[in-house]
Amino acid sequence: MIAESMYQELILEHYKHPQGRGLRDPYDAEVHHVNPTCGDEITMRVKVGDGGKVEDVSYDGQGCSISQAAASVLYELTTGSTVEETLAVVEEFTRLMQSRGQIEADEDVLGDAVAFAGVAKFPARVKCALLAWMAYKDAVVRSTE
Amino acid sequence: MNTGFDVERVRKDFPVLSRELPGGRPLVYLDSGNSAQKPTQVIDVMREHLAVHYANVGRAMHVLGSESTEAYEAARDKIAAFVGAPSRDEIVFTKNASEALNLVAYAFGNPMNTDPRFRIEPGDEIVISEMEHHSNIVPWQLLAQRTGVTLRWFSVTDEGRLDLSNLDELVTERTKIVSIAHQSNVLGTVNPVAQVLARARQVGALTMLDGSQSVPHRPVDVAALGVDFLAFTGHKAVGPSGIGVLWARGELLDAMPPFLGGGEMIEAVWMDRSTYAPAPHKFEAGTPPIVEAVGLGAAVDYLSGIGMEAIAEHERELTGYALEALGEIPGLRVIGPQTLEERGGTVSFTLEGIHPHDVGQILDDNFGVAVRVGHHCARPLHLRFGIPATTRASFYLYNTPAEIDALVRGLHHVQKVFA
Ligand SMILES: Cc1ncc(COP(=O)(O)O)c(C=O)c1O
Repeated sequence: MIAESMYQELILEHYKHPQGRGLRDPYDAEVHHVNPTCGDEITMRVKVGDGGKVEDVSYDGQGCSISQAAASVLYELTTGSTVEETLAVVEEFTRLMQSRGQIEADEDVLGDAVAFAGVAKFPARVKCALLAWMAYKDAVVRSTE
Repeated sequence: MNTGFDVERVRKDFPVLSRELPGGRPLVYLDSGNSAQKPTQVIDVMREHLAVHYANVGRAMHVLGSESTEAYEAARDKIAAFVGAPSRDEIVFTKNASEALNLVAYAFGNPMNTDPRFRIEPGDEIVISEMEHHSNIVPWQLLAQRTGVTLRWFSVTDEGRLDLSNLDELVTERTKIVSIAHQSNVLGTVNPVAQVLARARQVGALTMLDGSQSVPHRPVDVAALGVDFLAFTGHKAVGPSGIGVLWARGELLDAMPPFLGGGEMIEAVWMDRSTYAPAPHKFEAGTPPIVEAVGLGAAVDYLSGIGMEAIAEHERELTGYALEALGEIPGLRVIGPQTLEERGGTVSFTLEGIHPHDVGQILDDNFGVAVRVGHHCARPLHLRFGIPATTRASFYLYNTPAEIDALVRGLHHVQKVFA
């Protein structure tokens, strides 16, 4: 019964009812990321407004519950914040995912994304959780170029 | 049919089957299509060889050298007999099936090879199929990139069979070789070799079978099949990893150029040129996987001792049981033939609304059921069915109906988690 701790209620909830899903206009940058080992993929668009405010993050893709829920949580955490704030969240989330379960998640920074802490113990699934977040980072960098 | 096959006795030969997984779960290993578990008979022979017979082969003038060489070459004899090869010299040891397939692809359009059957001219074609493992796709793509030969392929029907409706348009005078799986590693489909071979013969094309999923599971006799090449891999046939086999008709091996250069594949070497040893040694450059070859010899001894007919029959019963049990799960779609006709013990499926990764993870963590999830190195086939991935259960001689029950229980639980 190890994995069930990975499938937190919040993750399943986001998987079944994804927030912000679907590609929307306008956008500044669009990226497409794939996870070649499992075929998960995501297309993500980012719209950054005045003062570096993230106005919209829209996405479409396919994959397992972890990768899809991660995109949904990311949408909720990023829209409305500044690029700078969101990159701090990306950094903390990445740190958590790469910790092999050895560090305590910072809930103040991560919000709902702490639900993914259990995933860090499954090296094969870390890439699923990070897919959307890496795509976001890439899109933000491109949108400010 | 009473074959005297006793699965409980077979299971005792495989030490791993009695181990416990963390948390006290029993192991339910349904991933033999990926790699098979090893019986004590193989492990012991390999340990014994490493412990008291080990030396390099073919070159050492001492007792150990000759014992090691003898064991290595005896493995070649066993494998030749196992697949019905007319001559032991037609068995080339490779690292795996992938290397065997690459070796054959490399012989085409190679300036060193003057045999017209291997010469590539503009407009020539290679024919594979949509159900191939990447190992029987990419080497031919590489050949096409090197030589300009055109790659064509059979499509796959909705039922998961090779679509032969355009056989005569696909395999033509332009075709140099047809290379297809004997048995699909995803669909379980056993392909109609005779029909494809007859057409290939008619147009003067060579025929290669990827036997990675057939040789471990059913009697395979290359002479009876009548094909030109057969590749398979040791680790799926209760043998070790690191050893594979290419069988080819002797006169073809004679015509083919060396693949890798090095020690033991030569006859004489000057600074500017070399002459080569006759096959099979021409294709076995460098120190081979000695203990692995010996282990594969023990593996085919083990399989023959049980009987390939009996193994095939056992898997057939398991597959029938599995198809029926899985068919009762709502939202489960089997990708591949739903009947036992020309079909092996590999069952791939999707569960509506649930990604295979999630299926595999929960099966493993809650029930100790090991399956494979993903595209199983057959991405084009999954694209054909419009799905990114499947969950695959694959059976072998040591599996039981109770293990299929465990799989079904696990799948019901997966559906509960995601309901
Ligand atoms: C049909 C088929 N062909 C080729 C291979 C490649 O085998 P190997 O990885 O041992 O080269 C496999 C297994 O992975 C297979 O199932």
